[in-house]
Amino acid sequence: MSESVAATRTAPKPRRTLTRAVIRFAGDSGDGMQVTGEQFTTEAAWAGNDISTLPNFPAEIRAPAGTLFGVSSFQLQFGSQRVYTPGDQLDALVVMNPAALKVHLRDLKTGGILIVNPTAFDKRNLDKAGYAGNPLEDAALGEKYRLHMVDMEGLTKKALEDMPLNAKEKDRCKNFFALGLVSWVYTRPLEPTLDAIKKRFAKRPDFVEANIRALKAGHAFGETAEMFAEHYGVEPAEMAPGIYRSMTGNRALAWGLLAAAERTQVPVVFGAYPITPASDILHELALHKRFRIRTFQAEDEIAAVTAAIGASFGGCIGVTASSGPGIALKAEGIGLAVTAELPLVIFDIQRGGPSTGLPTKTEQADLMQALYGRNSESPVVVIAPATPGDCFYIAYEAVRIAIKYMVPVMVLSDGYLANGSEPWLIPDVKTLPDITVGFRTETEGFFPYLRDPATLARPWVRPGTPGLEHRIGGIEKQDVTGNISYDPENHDHMVRTRAEKVRRVGQEIPPLSINGPATGEVLVVGWGGTYGAITAAVEEAQGEGKAVASVHLRYLNPLPPDLGHILRQYRRVLVPEINSGQLVRVLRAEYLVDAVGFNRVRGLPLASQEIYEAINQMLEAKR
Amino acid sequence: MSPATGAPGATPKYTKKDFESDQDVRWCPGCGDYAILSAVQKTMPDLGIPREDIVFISGIGCSSRFPYYMNTYGFHTIHGRAPAIATGLKLARPELKVFVITGDGDGLSIGGNHLLHVLRRNVDVTILLFNNRIYGLTKGQYSPTSELGKVTKSTPVGSADRPVSPCSFALATGATFVARTLDRNIAHMEETLKRAAAHKGAAFIEILQNCNVYNDMAWGTLYDRESKVLHELRLQHGKPLVWGPVDDRRGLVLEGVKPKVVKVADVPESQLWVHDETDAGAAAVLAQLWAPDYPIPLGVFTNRTGETTYEEILIQQEQKVISERGPGDIGKLLMSGETWKIG
Repeated sequence: MSESVAATRTAPKPRRTLTRAVIRFAGDSGDGMQVTGEQFTTEAAWAGNDISTLPNFPAEIRAPAGTLFGVSSFQLQFGSQRVYTPGDQLDALVVMNPAALKVHLRDLKTGGILIVNPTAFDKRNLDKAGYAGNPLEDAALGEKYRLHMVDMEGLTKKALEDMPLNAKEKDRCKNFFALGLVSWVYTRPLEPTLDAIKKRFAKRPDFVEANIRALKAGHAFGETAEMFAEHYGVEPAEMAPGIYRSMTGNRALAWGLLAAAERTQVPVVFGAYPITPASDILHELALHKRFRIRTFQAEDEIAAVTAAIGASFGGCIGVTASSGPGIALKAEGIGLAVTAELPLVIFDIQRGGPSTGLPTKTEQADLMQALYGRNSESPVVVIAPATPGDCFYIAYEAVRIAIKYMVPVMVLSDGYLANGSEPWLIPDVKTLPDITVGFRTETEGFFPYLRDPATLARPWVRPGTPGLEHRIGGIEKQDVTGNISYDPENHDHMVRTRAEKVRRVGQEIPPLSINGPATGEVLVVGWGGTYGAITAAVEEAQGEGKAVASVHLRYLNPLPPDLGHILRQYRRVLVPEINSGQLVRVLRAEYLVDAVGFNRVRGLPLASQEIYEAINQMLEAKR
Repeated sequence: MSPATGAPGATPKYTKKDFESDQDVRWCPGCGDYAILSAVQKTMPDLGIPREDIVFISGIGCSSRFPYYMNTYGFHTIHGRAPAIATGLKLARPELKVFVITGDGDGLSIGGNHLLHVLRRNVDVTILLFNNRIYGLTKGQYSPTSELGKVTKSTPVGSADRPVSPCSFALATGATFVARTLDRNIAHMEETLKRAAAHKGAAFIEILQNCNVYNDMAWGTLYDRESKVLHELRLQHGKPLVWGPVDDRRGLVLEGVKPKVVKVADVPESQLWVHDETDAGAAAVLAQLWAPDYPIPLGVFTNRTGETTYEEILIQQEQKVISERGPGDIGKLLMSGETWKIG
């Protein structure tokens, strides 16, 4: 294939070793950037790196080609050290068209690698991107960045010239050319991609060959073209030994449910209405009919949650999933589960809002909705995963708590965790905590709201159990008997009992793990998907000898019992969140601490650099 | 609480009393719901189903208090959502006998969407819609079945919206069993309930019901002895559609798809429209008939048997994949696809 390149190969090019690299692929929605990014991730995983990814794509299914809003991108950071985030600034950026350059160039480090497909920079595409002239003709671009103009379209076409595919089909292989090239630049192995291409196009041997040819042409181009003087290696990271796989948050949530159903032998009924970015959970679960799972695509969000409640009443694990707007619609249903005291698991995959907002972008602004977004006193347990892989454990934990306490459990994931991936150490499912399910069958002394003294849970009865026929509902009921009651004192007692039940979950919350010194200047408190950015920022500050620590909350209601004490061991408390300050309000109200928020609401993850700067500002203000 | 039990494993011999709960009934004296409750309790022993396998699910409204008065499993839920709750319950526990109790507001206004979908999916539930053409529990606003121009608290100069016909709605969804009955006709209610409960798939019954407080004589045409004779048409499968006084019977003939009222004496019997419960198209025409120009049909409009239910299809899908590939194993699933070893 080297004949397609005007270069002669002499000796292997020099290879430099890096500890980490941040790269981003950006192009049109139709350019296959997500596939390219995911595939490069797999290559890096094969090479033993730690990884964090950030897919970013428009809400429009096929946004008009060449437009700024049609740009789709995939970013990842991989390294030989622990990687907490997809990275802030880019070491390398691959752009397939002018719109992608315009949208993403600002994130590329000065001196970073910029690989551009110049063929796409024609008048039409430049106009669509809003460029008056061709930015590639501006010498400053090549001075500021290591610019590589690679005619990916032409070179791909040439590599495929003797193949009986039409021009469009050939053009669609160019993302694999780009992948081959970047794989060479960072010396990542091609094997997993070769396998993936074979699987992906199993029904079209001609596509298999074309894409493999494009991939190899890209790789060979890096090796032989004069424009690339060197390439890079990133050594394997030191990670806990074991078998790993790549895991996204949404898949992990789905699999966590399957694990809980297998452990309890109680089937899951999963009701959902399609909504970005939660739909993939429904898709994933629908694939697993061999497991104890029944999926139900409901007519709306309300039917999705109420069907789940109906299933819980029937003695199955009722689960529903949505994003913020759908959770708003489910609110009344969740309230029913609160008062009926039935187990219910609700996944909220948060996205930018309000209203439709930014469907494909991430946010953490549903905490208050989760805590308070229902009429009256309607407490539910709220927990949040910290990483994509943690979603597996959080889903399992949600089922465990819901059953043990007969209570709804809300899981706050987000668009970043949902679609982001990380190398995930596969657990031995036997080591997961036990979930005891004891359906009541004893008729003697039965009442529907009889309570377990430790958890205050009422008995879970499967309809079909003789002698335990009973009625429950949304109207206030007398404690123990469950009979309708409008008695004022009983209502007050029931309000307190429902709250106490949630509070008692706190008995089992493990001690918080403090990342850093047990006392100090600044404590950074986070929750959810900001875990990586916060940890990276805190460790950077610690590396400079600063007395900074962090704790990350997986339990948001109830809060961990040791949190109050920990907060008081530091002079200042910083709470970074992708909202206008929600956890910070809770902490201030709950503990009377002068916690300060760091808030950016851009539809993007927080950058560790900006958190690091906020920590430094707080330290300086103290002096 | 425990009924007289028969042979072990056999369904106990129940009486009406076995289905009465210990709760005080809190409907207004004179409410049509009492008659319906009594008819349902009386019908239950004839179903041959163990009491513990029966579940009543309701939404919100006067009718929705119903489950509290039945000594079965029951769930009084939220406004309009009973069909969705029942769907989830049937997905979880297909073997249970599930009834949905709803009203014209609960089922056709706030919950209209769910009623549509439970019927079109053919979930195996029996739905009783109490139609009194008024909102009772919120004290007398017009409902989606109230007649145009209805004067109520919220429409002091008359409502401006046109009513929906519950049976026409149900038929349009493709429901496999649709019937109409009347709270003041106990025998007909019981007969209709039995047939609906025996139906496999979604069975829908509109029960015309009186609200003596906010909409008394809601179905005056059928309550009044004289007008009832002139207007009540009993649907009987395989029989001609005829009604009226013994000495002046009326019948229907079809001119194309348009029904025409004739005097039975004036036409040969072969021309009379004969009721066919399996003909959904004919049922759709019948369901639109109403007094004064036409009779008011009571009985089973359509009863399509042998149709697969929603949950049956799902279970078949599950069984197929399990028989082909074996039951799922989470340990194996976690190890499936691309994995790599470190250390």
